[in-house]
Amino acid sequence: MFGQQIYMDHGATTPLHPAVLEAMLPYWTQDYGNPASSHHFGRMAERGLEKARRDMAELLGTRPQTIIFTGCGSESDNLAIRGVMAAARAAGRGNHLITSILEHKAVLGTAKQLRDYDGYELTVLPVSEYGQVAPEDVAAAIQPNTVLISIMAANNEIGSWQPFQEIGAIARDRGVLFHTDAVQAAAYTDWHLNDMPIDLLSLAPHKFYGPKGVGVLYRREGVELLSSQTGGGQEFGLRAGTVNVPLAVGAAAAFRLAIQEQQSRTACYQQLSQQLITGVLSQLPPDEVMLTGHPTDRLPHHVSFAFRGLKGNELLMHLDMAGIAASSGSACVSGDPKPSDTLIALGLGEAWQKGGLRFTVGSQNSPDDVAYVVSSLLEAVHKLRHLSLQYA
Amino acid sequence: MSGLNGKARKRVVVAMSGGVDSSVAAALLKHEGHEVIGLMMRLWSEPGMGAAAPHNRCCTPDQMADARRVADKLDIPFYVLDTQDYFRQTIVQFFLDEHRRGRTPNPCIECNRKIRFDYLLNQALALDADYLATGHYARIRHNGQVYQLLKGLDEAKDQSYVLHVMGQSELSRVLFPIGEYEKAQVRQLAAEFGLPVASKGESQDLCFLGDGDYRRFLRDYAVDLAHPGPILNQDGLVLGQHEGLSNYTIGQRKGLGIAAPEPLFVLRKDPQNNALIVGTKAALGRSELTAHTVNWMADAPPPGPIAAEVKIRYKARPIPATVTPLDSGRVHVQFAEYVNGITAGQGAVFYQGDLCLGGGLIAETLTQSEAPLEVQLPEQS
Repeated sequence: MFGQQIYMDHGATTPLHPAVLEAMLPYWTQDYGNPASSHHFGRMAERGLEKARRDMAELLGTRPQTIIFTGCGSESDNLAIRGVMAAARAAGRGNHLITSILEHKAVLGTAKQLRDYDGYELTVLPVSEYGQVAPEDVAAAIQPNTVLISIMAANNEIGSWQPFQEIGAIARDRGVLFHTDAVQAAAYTDWHLNDMPIDLLSLAPHKFYGPKGVGVLYRREGVELLSSQTGGGQEFGLRAGTVNVPLAVGAAAAFRLAIQEQQSRTACYQQLSQQLITGVLSQLPPDEVMLTGHPTDRLPHHVSFAFRGLKGNELLMHLDMAGIAASSGSACVSGDPKPSDTLIALGLGEAWQKGGLRFTVGSQNSPDDVAYVVSSLLEAVHKLRHLSLQYA
Repeated sequence: MSGLNGKARKRVVVAMSGGVDSSVAAALLKHEGHEVIGLMMRLWSEPGMGAAAPHNRCCTPDQMADARRVADKLDIPFYVLDTQDYFRQTIVQFFLDEHRRGRTPNPCIECNRKIRFDYLLNQALALDADYLATGHYARIRHNGQVYQLLKGLDEAKDQSYVLHVMGQSELSRVLFPIGEYEKAQVRQLAAEFGLPVASKGESQDLCFLGDGDYRRFLRDYAVDLAHPGPILNQDGLVLGQHEGLSNYTIGQRKGLGIAAPEPLFVLRKDPQNNALIVGTKAALGRSELTAHTVNWMADAPPPGPIAAEVKIRYKARPIPATVTPLDSGRVHVQFAEYVNGITAGQGAVFYQGDLCLGGGLIAETLTQSEAPLEVQLPEQS
């Protein structure tokens, strides 16, 4: 905090890319019209919005009419799940939803609310020690009244990829819709949605150097959704409200850069991640620290540890004092950290459950930064280990 | 302003509560140019007390939000430490254990001993802090040889009583920036610094109780204490029945349920026989006590008896006495007058003027007339 600041929390959010900012600028002050208006200003805004939609569609390998701009990744998840379940119920097509214990709260919380307050049936699948859902578990959970399977593309807390293509294929084969929350993963794999067994996909541009306040939902044509926010007929009648044109433009600009630079970013992040993983694991005994999530089948920028007997929040405090920004699985500003649901789901013992720590590297990080993070982290672990023994 | 005037920039962790005192302490240190870090401990509180009281009263969400606002105003980092387990294991357990021994503990003393100037101080040092600062009304001075603890300048707000647990190593690492001020000045400083807390109340003694009712808490958490037993007079005669020793305090008159020609007062508790000893007002006064777990600010007892003033409760008047060190960390205190309300478990803290010399916890007091007791049980009818 008093010297340099190293940001390694890109899984939380990223800085805006200067080129993205530049792309957005005209739409704040110049082409600021409401894209639903028929006059000159409206047409200029609509042109920007529809260009953004076409760009997103092209980059995702799909058609523009499948792209819905929302307010954030969570809203995309909500619209997908609530929308599909409500439409299916209205049409008498079923009542059952399948998801996993490791989903982001935007999915899991939504699914549980649908179960608890709206009478839907819910199956929550377990995960392996690496946090991955087994496709055969998905297949076994499908019932005649199953409407939707929602399994994320990659996990936010432990970085593991899910076998989302296999799961999607099972869903398609069984006539069930498949939604994937790709909020963490969107920038790190190639999408050709026309040819993938994915019916709905959520993404959030602020995870890849785009703006906050905008999300995208891909909805395959023909998938029936009941809008949860009603009003004007914006976004194919699925998401009422004046569309935020500058943010939609920023979303597309950021995604274009992410896809264009995907290979170089991935290579760079992977190297930094590996340096961090090796640096920490080589310096601490395996009964004190573990890499959580899959060792290799994980997001390239994602490093997650669990420390036995330590609290992630206290590690974060020490790191923050050293000028390092990271996050913990039980992120909490009230000093009342609950054991991480994710770490519990992986089967970790109680001593590990509050000790989650996540680093997500990004474009402005260097190998020197990582070296500094490793040494600062080891020092913090050493001090807190000492204190935890003293005050056990 | 504080003890650091004119010295090098130090890293200071301030224990923040969201209240005016610790906020002004932080502001003063920041104003002096130090590198200040705000820390707040999340302490254990009784679960299941409903929406009205789900939080420890020393760290409610409102207080946390206030502390955070102050930290933001001062542009200092602020963190909350999860201290719930350790607080429960040490302070709450101590509270229950002392009641089991028939004593009336002061948890704040124990919290300062085990949590604030031990656990928290070491957390601060682990953050490479040079000092831990708190918003207590007391002063620390170095007289050329040793660190000394003095009463706060505002004697009405003085908190040295609960700070008597500190030794040289703690005194050398702790700052009390507002000890040099009167409360009214502190409020004014808060206003001058533009702190959003200038009208906050005081922190709470039994902070972990859901509803502030310690008798109810003991009924719930120390079921074994709820055993009825005899109420005896000083001669061991049974006068009635009590509802569990922890429901009574020394000097209590009301609620005994005994008809007697003279008003009767709780004199002491006999946990071994689960008996409550009562007597007349005249018997309430004592002229001596023994204290255990004694700490001396200088880290060592004086070589022999000393003349001092002794406080037997936080808000009690200091009473002239002779304090004689005994073995095993105990002292004997001989008062110059009869003192009412000497209560086992409370602190006995020794002063010479403004100087706090040390203190201990009051042990069960037996005057010659009442020890040992023979219990005479009433005949069954």
